[in-house]
Amino acid sequence: MGRDRARLITASAVVPVGFLGLFFAYPVATVLWRGLGFGGDVALADLLGSGRTRDAVWFTVWQAAVSTVLTVAVALPGASALARSRPRTQRRLRALVTIPFVLPTVVVAGAFAELFVRFGLDDGPVRLRHTVWAILLAHVFFNYAVVVRTVGSFWAGLDGRVEEQARVLGAGRARTFREVTLPRLRPAIAAAASIVFLFSFTSFGVVLVLGGPRQATIETEIYRYAVLRTDFSTAAALAVVQLVAVVALVALANRLERTRPLTQRAGHRTGLRRSRLGGAVNGLGVAMLLGLPILVVIERSLTVGDRYGLTNYRALGTRLTMLPAPATTAIRNSLVYAAVATTIALAVGTIAALVVVHGRGALRHVLDLGLTLPLGTSAVTIGFGILIALDQPPLDLRTTWWIVPIAHSLVGIPFVVRTMVPVLRRIDPSLREAAAVLGASPGRVRREIDLPIAGRGMLVGASFAFAVSMGEFGATAFIPRRPDTLTAPQALFRMLSTPGELVRGQAMALAVILMLVVAIAVLAIESVRGSDEGTF
Amino acid sequence: MTRSTRAFVSLLATLCLAASCSDDDAEPAAPPSPDDPVTITLLTHDSFAVEADLLAAFTQETGITVELLSSGDTGQLVSQSILSAGAPLGDVLFGVDNTFLQRALDADLFAPYEAAGLDRVPDEFEIDPQQRVTPIDFGDVCVNYWTDALPGPAPTSLEDLLDPIYAGELVVQNPESSSPGLAFLLATIAGTDDWEQFWADLRTNGVSVTPDWESAYYGEFTSGGGDRSMVVSYASSPPVEVMFAAEPIDEPPTGVLLDSCYRQIEFAGVLAGTEHPEAAGRLIEFLLSKPFQEGIPEAMFVFPVVDDADLPAEWAVHARLADDPHLLDPSDVEANREEWTDRWVEIVLG
Repeated sequence: MGRDRARLITASAVVPVGFLGLFFAYPVATVLWRGLGFGGDVALADLLGSGRTRDAVWFTVWQAAVSTVLTVAVALPGASALARSRPRTQRRLRALVTIPFVLPTVVVAGAFAELFVRFGLDDGPVRLRHTVWAILLAHVFFNYAVVVRTVGSFWAGLDGRVEEQARVLGAGRARTFREVTLPRLRPAIAAAASIVFLFSFTSFGVVLVLGGPRQATIETEIYRYAVLRTDFSTAAALAVVQLVAVVALVALANRLERTRPLTQRAGHRTGLRRSRLGGAVNGLGVAMLLGLPILVVIERSLTVGDRYGLTNYRALGTRLTMLPAPATTAIRNSLVYAAVATTIALAVGTIAALVVVHGRGALRHVLDLGLTLPLGTSAVTIGFGILIALDQPPLDLRTTWWIVPIAHSLVGIPFVVRTMVPVLRRIDPSLREAAAVLGASPGRVRREIDLPIAGRGMLVGASFAFAVSMGEFGATAFIPRRPDTLTAPQALFRMLSTPGELVRGQAMALAVILMLVVAIAVLAIESVRGSDEGTF
Repeated sequence: MTRSTRAFVSLLATLCLAASCSDDDAEPAAPPSPDDPVTITLLTHDSFAVEADLLAAFTQETGITVELLSSGDTGQLVSQSILSAGAPLGDVLFGVDNTFLQRALDADLFAPYEAAGLDRVPDEFEIDPQQRVTPIDFGDVCVNYWTDALPGPAPTSLEDLLDPIYAGELVVQNPESSSPGLAFLLATIAGTDDWEQFWADLRTNGVSVTPDWESAYYGEFTSGGGDRSMVVSYASSPPVEVMFAAEPIDEPPTGVLLDSCYRQIEFAGVLAGTEHPEAAGRLIEFLLSKPFQEGIPEAMFVFPVVDDADLPAEWAVHARLADDPHLLDPSDVEANREEWTDRWVEIVLG
């Protein structure tokens, strides 16, 4: 039975491989080939010799590494708190921490700037504005959810009795965590960390707006050459540098993630005891880090002149003269795109995760790596690639409505895969064998054992995919679209490009609605599992 | 899980229903038209806006259905069009301005077309003698100030910006990443004797640099609660401040330093390789028509190029344009842009 099943899973790899090949590998290869064809070998040599590029590469790598370490460090207590809480609280926490995901960089930067001023951190002895610290802080703000949700959900499924045994045998709390819990969490931490790393690695707006005019990363350099200078050969050479770096780093992370898979049965949360003080400090810190910028945005959305009121919210249903549709339509468009992108990401991602865990041969490693690459690839590379690769029948897809949700799902799929794989890996094989011995067909084993157990990972990944799509801005801007299909982030950006207090207030109101919509949607998606929540 | 899957699918279905999830409304049905029905595509940037009934009237009159495709800003639009020149995305392109024009012309993006109605466009706007592009709108990029927040009298010349009384008051955009930032750099190149010295002095006087207009106007300028009273923006910003004031106001809170203005002109052109050159030409003429031109200020916050278009009331009262704006030849801009911006980076950020 095992062999048939593996063969079936390997055969189903055609779906994710085909999807990735058509919408990522082929476009990116085409654009790089075309770009390098303009004299890219020369450009590549020049580039690697230039101080500016070396600085950008170095800065990109180290700020992404530090952002990742910081995010994991700040978010692990949150993941632990999530794992300890009751299922309903877990769902609410998971929805809450997802909110920063959909906030456009300009809005967050504005909120940060105001907080820096209020806390006296904009100038003076401790200055955050236009420093690398502002970049790091913003990366923690945006990526906190990735670690808390991925690691927290995994942690909740760990068997707490192992910790209890360690404690009984005399290990202290710190030692138990270091030597028992942490090693078992490693696959989930590696999965989350690699996503955080790639997000920080390709971060664009945060670096430009918060980092000040002197900071450059590979991502901002690609944009500079491709868009501002129309120097496609240098841009392509930079994109190759980015791709090579990303492949190397993801391969490393995947190695880490694969080491020592652990099998697990049922979750016993009792093993996790909370320290009141630690919990309070963690809660307060997170509330400040995530909550304050959000509160600033909410306050701004309620400000009308020198009073508070709901005027900005009421105005969202009326079309502004410079927008092709009212903001409410933009929210509707975003919801539709996000629903479609999530469906695609779920379908492709679930199959991919099964192949990565149960498939055979090199295919699974290649797929695992390949599906993660879109996260670490510049929106310019993907956008321009689709533009020139998918331009002839039967593949003249560059202007179809579907290309936007497909582009969004490219970013969503790695989330689904990365949250499902660690969960699938630790399913106890004896469960599956027992089912088979009792006469269950391979399909039934998968339906009744694997899927329910992997279900939570799947839904956590799905709501990520949803949130990513709702908040996506960069790639969408690169895709030629009908103006009236504008998304909520695009409408928000257009409002912020317009002088006048009224439009600014409306932009903030739209940002708040966007946050609400995502929180509700995440809650709804993750409530799907119903009563069997909390155990695997 | 079966139950949950079903629940998830129905959740999606509900979402879809709520949002009428279908591709149908992405394809507007072509209305029956009097003569020779044809559909053409207008490729433009995300700042393009037009009243839907104006386009519908055009279709009714000519039988030409216009589909709009927009992506990004002017820079993205031009580089995308150059990259896809072999298989153009549309039949007409609107939105290339005089700072990017030469690049588009060098890439042979356009087929010449002499639009009827050009006689209503003053000569100063007709830059390309070969008629490959047609001017549609224009605007000035100028230093704006928040009148009540100025530490001294309103500045009247570029040199005034160097006055120590305005130390730490000005915020500009990086010309490497921002269109108004580049325009202002060009204004200083055209409008001062020694632009490199001018920027060195501005730096001494505490100029701040942001990557884009949004972080300058809302991040650091008084308007968004910032502590700088002068910002590089547009000559049209004061009337827009009135249009979108939280409470109705009679006077804009901002003023314009008219000596600092660089003129940006936006063009449209028939894309080379179109299968419908005639219909494409008709669309260019539509863009020059009085109804479209009169809608330009409130939709795109720039000015109509034809001399017979009336301005909206707020604009007629509050909009100021430079009598003698700074302007450089598009070919000069293209030839020197990288050198100038590289030099600017060394002087201001180095």
